[in-house]
Amino acid sequence: MKIDHSLPLEYSTEENKLKILGFWVFLGAEIVLFSTLFAVYFTLQNNIGNGPGGSHIFELTPVMIETIVLLSSSFTIGLGIHAMRLGNKKAMMTFFGITLFLGLGFLGVEIMEFFTYVHEGATMQTSAFLSALFTLLGTHGAHVTFGLLWGGAILLQVKKRGLTPETANKSFIFSLYWHFLDVVWIFIFSFVYMKGMM
Amino acid sequence: MKWDEFFVTGEPMIYAAMVSIVLVSIAIPAGLTYFKKWGYLWREWLTTVDHKKIGVMYIIAALLMLFRGGVDALLMRAQTAVPNNGLLDGQHYNEIFTTHGIIMILFMAMPFIIGLMNVVVPLQIGARDVAFPRLNAVSFWLFFFGAMLLNISFVIGGSPDAGWSAYFPLASLEFSPTVGNNYYSLALQIAGIGTLMTGINFLVTILKMRAPGMKLMKMPMFTWSILITSVIIIFAFPVLTVALALMMLDRQFGTQFFAMQNGGMDMLWANLFWVWGHPEVYIVILPAFGIYSEIIATFARKNLYGYKSMVYSMVVISLLSFLVWVHHFYTMGHGVMVNSVFSITTMAISVPTGVKIFNWLFTLRRGKISFTTPMLYALAFIPIFTIGGVTGVMLAMASADYQYHNTMFLVAHFHYVLIPGTVFGVIAGFHYWFPKVFGFKLNERLGKWAFWFIAISFNITFFPLFILGLNGMTRRMYTYSESTGYGPLNMLSMVGAVGLTIGFILLVYNIYWSTRYQPREVTGDPWDARSLEWSTPSPVPEYNFAKTPVVDKLDAFWFAKKEGKSLTEEGDYEPIHMPNNNGQPFIMGVAFFFFGFFMVFSWWLPAIIAGMFILGTMAYRTFEQDHGHYVTVEEIERTENALRGEKK
Amino acid sequence: MKKKWLLISSFLLMILSGCDNPLLIFDPKGPQAQTISDTILFSILMMAGILFVVYVLFAFMLVKYRSSKLAADYEPPHEEGSKWLEITWISIPIIIVVILSVVTVRSTVDVENTPKAYANEKPLIVYASSSNWKWHFSYPEEGIETVNYVNIPEDRPIEFKLYSYGPITSFWIPQLAGQKYAMSDMVTTIHLAADTPGSYMGKNSNFSGKDFAHMEFEAQVLTAKQYDEWVQDVKETAPMLTEAEFNHLLEPGILGRKTYRSTHLGFSPAPEGEHAGHQHEKNADMDMGTMHENDSTIHGEHQNN
Repeated sequence: MKIDHSLPLEYSTEENKLKILGFWVFLGAEIVLFSTLFAVYFTLQNNIGNGPGGSHIFELTPVMIETIVLLSSSFTIGLGIHAMRLGNKKAMMTFFGITLFLGLGFLGVEIMEFFTYVHEGATMQTSAFLSALFTLLGTHGAHVTFGLLWGGAILLQVKKRGLTPETANKSFIFSLYWHFLDVVWIFIFSFVYMKGMM
Repeated sequence: MKWDEFFVTGEPMIYAAMVSIVLVSIAIPAGLTYFKKWGYLWREWLTTVDHKKIGVMYIIAALLMLFRGGVDALLMRAQTAVPNNGLLDGQHYNEIFTTHGIIMILFMAMPFIIGLMNVVVPLQIGARDVAFPRLNAVSFWLFFFGAMLLNISFVIGGSPDAGWSAYFPLASLEFSPTVGNNYYSLALQIAGIGTLMTGINFLVTILKMRAPGMKLMKMPMFTWSILITSVIIIFAFPVLTVALALMMLDRQFGTQFFAMQNGGMDMLWANLFWVWGHPEVYIVILPAFGIYSEIIATFARKNLYGYKSMVYSMVVISLLSFLVWVHHFYTMGHGVMVNSVFSITTMAISVPTGVKIFNWLFTLRRGKISFTTPMLYALAFIPIFTIGGVTGVMLAMASADYQYHNTMFLVAHFHYVLIPGTVFGVIAGFHYWFPKVFGFKLNERLGKWAFWFIAISFNITFFPLFILGLNGMTRRMYTYSESTGYGPLNMLSMVGAVGLTIGFILLVYNIYWSTRYQPREVTGDPWDARSLEWSTPSPVPEYNFAKTPVVDKLDAFWFAKKEGKSLTEEGDYEPIHMPNNNGQPFIMGVAFFFFGFFMVFSWWLPAIIAGMFILGTMAYRTFEQDHGHYVTVEEIERTENALRGEKK
Repeated sequence: MKKKWLLISSFLLMILSGCDNPLLIFDPKGPQAQTISDTILFSILMMAGILFVVYVLFAFMLVKYRSSKLAADYEPPHEEGSKWLEITWISIPIIIVVILSVVTVRSTVDVENTPKAYANEKPLIVYASSSNWKWHFSYPEEGIETVNYVNIPEDRPIEFKLYSYGPITSFWIPQLAGQKYAMSDMVTTIHLAADTPGSYMGKNSNFSGKDFAHMEFEAQVLTAKQYDEWVQDVKETAPMLTEAEFNHLLEPGILGRKTYRSTHLGFSPAPEGEHAGHQHEKNADMDMGTMHENDSTIHGEHQNN
């Protein structure tokens, strides 16, 4: 395999470049997926049937915690990639570890939030609005969960194999995925929670 | 659940299907054991990452599905051939037209096109494989096992029966209580994810892996059509993913998206379905346009007329394809404004399509037309497809559509678009590229017989449906009374369907006959064609091109032939890096099949185990270290000499 | 190919000449169906013109440039395209699309409103609701209801208000007007009028399950006098439509004709106004009933309030 040393490690081979472009295209498809879920949510947000509306169930505190935790994790993974570019394996692993830990924290708060809703009688089966809400949040949450597994696997590989063109490529792609989830969350925060609480 | 609910019972045809499924599932392993082919099958096919072999597997699967969907079609025509027919009951008829639609669009047209693009695109752009060969294998196995999942519904649990568009509330648990529509949501989901991955794969392949010098505007038209199709796939398929997920949630988890109470909206499904569904039509038609462009240019011995406007018109069609979905339900009562807007966008599609028709016609002008089998299909496409096109414009007019909607006129229209468009297209492409893959041509005489049977019978089958539609016959009716007067034309249509069957049987017989008796083709360029795939020997070696070709214009191979030049640079061969075969995509596909099957029956624990297994196959993939292998210079020399007969 | 052209022209001739047995769509009995019939014929003529151009060009190319007719050493020239030709075959289709767009918008406006000739008359309103697999017709003003047949007076504008107690259906009387969907959470409207007394076929054209093929009804157009007599007759002789009876009617199945001297609109109102979208079931006034819960009515488990 030809390695071009003038480029960052994650871009250094032909295969790596293809993978990064391919992942960008995949994120394009993910944008369409989430746009569709948002469209469904906006269509159904007033169809609350006999269930509670958004302003009844949304609470600011857990949502703010989720937002801060996830935004910080996006920052730490950025630091992780920076460390990777500098060739500092240990710093890179530390930042990735923090990122995953924050992701886990986000997931924990979100699950608690879901339990609260269900406890208040707002289940996925109650109304079309709640079906759309849980599906949108749940899809994002499932992506975060998958990200934790994936990120964990990459971390193990970096630990075992060091920073090679392969592991650097995987780490970089994972960081794109993680930033993307953050962007989706910003939309959820603004157009689901903020708008719903107003 | 009791066993008699699990297996579909009570119909002789279903018992026959069960018996044949059991026989085939015994016969295949038995035959493989007897001929000691297990290893061959595993090493050469099930684990392959070679785009050509994957393409061939797609096409074999598509041909099988063509016959499954074709049997459905024959049964439908037989049932409606005479008034008050009792061949099928309402339920059975509903299942058959539903699976006919799903199978023909998603498991016949799509894989046939994806198969051809797998075989051809890397060769046309001078690449050694696609960008992500492993992902390509995953795509295929997801498609394949999705298709298998839908097919077993016929004998286990019952097929979907709410139409291929599965409108809610009809497709809800309340009105379709069998597991049929669970099969629909899960089988299409699995196959759809595979298709999405194919779209990503080919977009990157075409953007990044072209031969040196091949600018975008110097690409062959088929490659252009696949580039645009890939973009449509990437934008359209996630919508299907969401729609199917919501359907599954509604049916199996009690959510209220499309429910009739608690704020659900049945029209939301129709919108989501057609936001995917209309671009889907162009996903299957644009590649056919690409195939025709290649074939017409080759057999008119002339470059494609108006190349640039051909490209631009495809781009315009792809954009408009996302802006017309409402024309599938003008009758939903949106009011004049909405219907008028969508009428105009729909009719606007006819402009770029017309540009293409005229460009093909003018490619023929001053050409030197030879009537080979692929060319016959391409030529028949023009007049027949134009009927489909103009009736499409008629249907686009909202007011008039109030009378055509849901009638046989509509059925006739989309068959006039999809059969001369997609089906003729893939058959033409199949005949055209067959010698490239297998090293011998299909027999021309048999091919032409099959063509005439198919082309004439097609019109006999579907033209009467236009008239029946204008006479008020609605689609999806399993029976009708004699007083309606629909009998004679339906009988005529049945006669045509029998003719079509004969044509397709001839086509398959031709494959068998040609495999045994056709002479080997040694030039690699049997049609005296124009694009890069014909510059490498047939059958194509694993690495496609011993040396990467360098091009400087469209049809560079054609001009090189005329000028007696070589497209490759002087010098010795270099070792070629190729990906390794691997069984992970196949095993992942099997796991998806079981996951889908358990989900269909809401058997949660087995489904979770299968789901964990799928994650396991992904984990295997991320931890494995596979750097591929090199084809040595000696091996390249040996292969090239054997294929070309002498050293060049 | 010649054969096909012959087929098309004879087909056109057949409908244009309006022979003894014209196709249903070209045999309108009211202004709305007439408008659509004219629109369709106009578009067929336009499309025939396009087909003619394509077919002539196609035949010309095939006859003139087949290799068997050309010299063996003939080499086709290299042609990039022609700006003027391309402008021609872009601009002419655009003009055709513009013409057809105007026709479409005008005719759509026409059929989506009360027919022009009757614009000043008060329309007769009939609620047409579907359930598996039958049609219910309620006449709110007259206070009568029928199943699987509908009588309407001639020369008077009619408004059919459509909704469904189940899957989406499509209400269609081809000789009087185009079709429209009946859905469970909103009401759609068809405007029409009939100018010739007679019996016309009406049906659901949208697939809705097992016995969809049998979901037909008769639309009978009566003279004003006959219509009044029929209404009077129904009011005097037909039974009341009770809630229990209506629930029974809603059970899936095929029914013959039925006639009642009251409607279901009182205890099971159409999903319009405050009843739209089915959001007012359980917390709505109890006297409105819970009839809209289709799952309970379909299974005949409705609890009486």
